[in-house]
Amino acid sequence: MSVTASTLPLPAAGRVPLTLRVFAALDRKAWIALGIFLALALVAVPLLHLAVPPESAFHVSTYAITLIGKIMCYALVAVAMDLIWGYGGILSLGHGLFFALGGYAFGMYLMRQIGRDGSYQSDLPDFMVFLDWKELPWFWLGSDSFAWAAFLVVALPAVVAFVFGYFAFRSRIKGVYFSIITQALTYAAMLLFFRNETGFGGNNGFTDFKRVLDVPITAPETRLVLFGLTAIALAATLVFAAWLVKSKFGRVLTAIRDAESRVMFIGYNPLWYKLTIWVISAVLCGIAGALYVPQVGIINPSEMSTANSIEIAIWVAVGGRGTLIGPVIGAFAVNLAKSWFTVSFPEYWLFFLGLLFIVVTLLLPQGLVGLWKRIMNKKQGAAA
Amino acid sequence: MKKFLLSLLLCASSLGALAAPDAALVRQLAAEDNTDKITAIQQLAQTADPEAIRILQAMAEGSLFLAGDKVFIYDGETARDALSGETAAMPDDAESITVNNRLRGELANALAALKLFNPDSAVRLAAAQELQSNVGAEMAEILGRAKAQESDAQIKALLILAHAQATLQDADPAVRLAAVKALAETASPAVKSLLLPLTDKETEADDGVRNAAVTALKEIERRLAWGETLAGIFSGLSLGSILLLAALGLAITYGVMGIINMAHGELLMVGAYTAYVMQSLFRTHFPDLIDWYLPAAIPVAFFTAAAVGVLMERTVIRWLYGRTLETLLATWGLSLVLIQAARVIFGAQNVEVSNPGWMSGGVELLPNLILPWNRVIIIGFALFVLLLVWLLMNKTRLGMFVRAVTQNRPMAGCVGVPTSRIDTMAFALGAGIAGLGGVALSQISNVGPDMGQGYIVDSFMVVVVGGVGQLAGAVWAALGLGIFSKLLEGWAGAVIAKIAILVAIIIFIQKRPQGIFALKGRFADQ
Repeated sequence: MSVTASTLPLPAAGRVPLTLRVFAALDRKAWIALGIFLALALVAVPLLHLAVPPESAFHVSTYAITLIGKIMCYALVAVAMDLIWGYGGILSLGHGLFFALGGYAFGMYLMRQIGRDGSYQSDLPDFMVFLDWKELPWFWLGSDSFAWAAFLVVALPAVVAFVFGYFAFRSRIKGVYFSIITQALTYAAMLLFFRNETGFGGNNGFTDFKRVLDVPITAPETRLVLFGLTAIALAATLVFAAWLVKSKFGRVLTAIRDAESRVMFIGYNPLWYKLTIWVISAVLCGIAGALYVPQVGIINPSEMSTANSIEIAIWVAVGGRGTLIGPVIGAFAVNLAKSWFTVSFPEYWLFFLGLLFIVVTLLLPQGLVGLWKRIMNKKQGAAA
Repeated sequence: MKKFLLSLLLCASSLGALAAPDAALVRQLAAEDNTDKITAIQQLAQTADPEAIRILQAMAEGSLFLAGDKVFIYDGETARDALSGETAAMPDDAESITVNNRLRGELANALAALKLFNPDSAVRLAAAQELQSNVGAEMAEILGRAKAQESDAQIKALLILAHAQATLQDADPAVRLAAVKALAETASPAVKSLLLPLTDKETEADDGVRNAAVTALKEIERRLAWGETLAGIFSGLSLGSILLLAALGLAITYGVMGIINMAHGELLMVGAYTAYVMQSLFRTHFPDLIDWYLPAAIPVAFFTAAAVGVLMERTVIRWLYGRTLETLLATWGLSLVLIQAARVIFGAQNVEVSNPGWMSGGVELLPNLILPWNRVIIIGFALFVLLLVWLLMNKTRLGMFVRAVTQNRPMAGCVGVPTSRIDTMAFALGAGIAGLGGVALSQISNVGPDMGQGYIVDSFMVVVVGGVGQLAGAVWAALGLGIFSKLLEGWAGAVIAKIAILVAIIIFIQKRPQGIFALKGRFADQ
């Protein structure tokens, strides 16, 4: 899945059918790796979870499935972040917002799927009964329809990102300014969602889901389907991203990252390139959020905290930005470390994470992928 | 001389004897019916007699007893006849006169009214202040008398108000009118509710009084509105001064040097914890000087935070100059490490930092406008720190070097400015000022490991709005944001106000990406 030169010759875009161009986005090794990944996620994991008895060493536990499923969602966010940061040179500290928007949009549907099974046996979600609301607010309209929820998951982050991005990029806010403004935006949204009156469950957010598409949400089969869907989404995103960064669009984007003024002087308008990748990145985050919520079973405003959004950046940085496999590796490495630390040494996790930020920025600017490449290059140099 | 004193004493005692309380009234204090008791209390209060004070006081304390037809004051050891004041044997069948809450209120008012005739003006003042609310019509006469004989201007003013309240329900429209006019001079929310019934046709028949009441209400509301606006502006100034303290250090590190320091909030936390440590040290070693721990904490906090700053700059930040996004991430890492360090050292709970005695309390400017001392002092402290920073940046060699390095690093190096050391010192200065801000914050907000996180967004907003590269922008932005958000909070609530401010800033940045005070000329593009 690396983006090194393709084995297929790359003819001028436009004449070649899209399917072929997408196929050319990855080299053969990458396609094989992707195939193995999908086979593992769609066949091996379900078999090992359902068919192998729990006592067996090969059994994949529910905990492992939830954890890996969660981390795959994070990896999807990391790839989205990498598109905008690694290839666009724009560090967003607001990706937690888009992730949460997707999560909340789908969470609304999941809340309605609870039906009358909540603690108050009401048609309304429990928190509304608690607030003594008599009917659903207008923005909950249609939230009982899966199609509308799926539409919102994509549309909501897209609209927010478009409006915000249009104004920000139009006035050529960049660099740290952009990072700080996105951070402020997310912070404002978090405050808004923390209020009970906003109508999204306040502090507690959405939780206690029962069903999705009328199927019990905690059933092993449902979990496996969600797991598989996440894996497919991640794989599709990687292929799409690989195609995107190799396309003309991706090349202009990289050029903007490296020398925005020159690109402008040549005659491109950076606004639309930045805006497009910004919106794509936001939508990918929204999808990740929607896949995350049913698997983890909760969404609350703390997903929008500053710390969460910055953590996304460190996944990308650890893995190696400007590569597509890097963010996936980074998301897995950091989050597996987090799971292990918070269980074994909870008080040292923040020290570790903090030092990770420092060490990666100071010593590993290319991340783990860069480190790997350096080692391989040395080996090759020694062999030659 | 002795003779004179003696005669005075005699004179006083004879006066007392002359105005001895009416026996029937004193007996009535022990009546079965509470209404009768109240009438007796009120009539006793009218006599303005020192003896009456003694009896009513005893009644309020529950040491007034009834035996047969005689009333006794019994303090647990000796019993006295309430009328004559002579010691008497306590009859066995004596029963305590019960006092309920309604009676207690009446007694308090009656006692206060009686104290209005005390020769000591401090006692009279206290009594007059007590009579500023819940004054009934029955007090009108005694208040009128007290008012007439009062010589102290301050007490007299209070009495006029109390008298006006008491005569608001008078049968004579002229008296009511005078009362309304007197009350129009006040600015207290309680008077508003008193005047309200007088504006209604059903309860007030006289046109003149009604009109006067309407005008009076308007007057009072106008005055109250003033108080509220001033209170809003004051709390805005107070918030602004806090933002300023939080942002001043950032104005140097980010505004002048261009280092984005996400751990700035944690430097505030270091300062606040230093105040806590100093407080603990003073508590254990110099308990007599505990009120002075705060001034002692100021330099210590400055140097502690500066030391942390030097450490940060030397180990991490210096390798990342010119790479702002990387600096952002690395300093965020530093902030996580600092937060966790504070948690390990001081525990995850908030610690308690108390105001020194001289900072508690406040000064009352209007009935609805009280300025707490700690806020006033922090505003003053913010100005002091601002002055300090300004002097440092503009009047010292270090400040000149810092400005030189920011304007043109290679050229500054060429003429012999030790640029790398200047970087460290400037960063330490910014960190130290954050430490000072932390000391101020410890006086008004919680001190805990996470406290810095809440300020980081705000202080960056201040610097971004103010514009990079100078202090004036930060000052105006901090005060403006503070006042604006407090006024908004007044109408829309804290959270909505905060969101509105953030959205306003985002829009503002669209129009003026360089902040309020944009740098012009050759440095604008850096």
